[in-house]
Amino acid sequence: MLSGIFDIIILVSLSIGVFFNFLAGVGLLRFPDVYTRLHAGTKCTTFGSIFLCGSIILIGLRAWFFSYEGLTQTDGSTLAIHTAGALFAILLTNPTGAHALARAAHRSGVKPVGAVIDDLEGKPAKKTTSKKKEAEK
Amino acid sequence: MIESTTFLVVLSALFLSVAMAIIRVIKGPTAPDRIVGLDTINTIVIVGMVIFGYSTNSVIYIDVAIVYALLSFISTLFIAKYLEGGEF
Repeated sequence: MLSGIFDIIILVSLSIGVFFNFLAGVGLLRFPDVYTRLHAGTKCTTFGSIFLCGSIILIGLRAWFFSYEGLTQTDGSTLAIHTAGALFAILLTNPTGAHALARAAHRSGVKPVGAVIDDLEGKPAKKTTSKKKEAEK
Repeated sequence: MIESTTFLVVLSALFLSVAMAIIRVIKGPTAPDRIVGLDTINTIVIVGMVIFGYSTNSVIYIDVAIVYALLSFISTLFIAKYLEGGEF
């Protein structure tokens, strides 16, 4: 009975993760702009990765505590802890990289499609370099 | 009991998404478009490595996925810095 409930939870989270990772690809193809493509390609993959890695963590935890058939307890603990490490790395690095890419795209002169006013225009690009140049002068 | 063919279906769907991102990398009008496609491919490959490592009972793939995540993050930051045009 308990095994059936675990199976259902794992299958549902697997399908949610696959659906959102598929939506990331569709959004990359269909959106008109760098910023909207970044929105699709980064947030959807982060959300899908949470569910896909979460299902693998659930499988590992089940093998760890209930000695699931085919996996020993050591296999289960290794699977759960290492997958949690991979999920932590994804959660830490993916939004940071997206932010850096959006900033780089704006500073390299790519405008959003249909934008009328750019609020960030005319602001100093880097405060540290301007301070350095003032010190050199 | 979840069969291993379930994970093969999951991996093929992920591969479809990677293929669409590759089309964006080839077609992309500007350079940041291509880099967005590469970043998406990196994340999907990390998740695919985790699922492949479980379905083939080799946990070493998950360790490889952790290192791949950190290295792809560093490469994304360097490419963003290059697009920005600033000094390193």
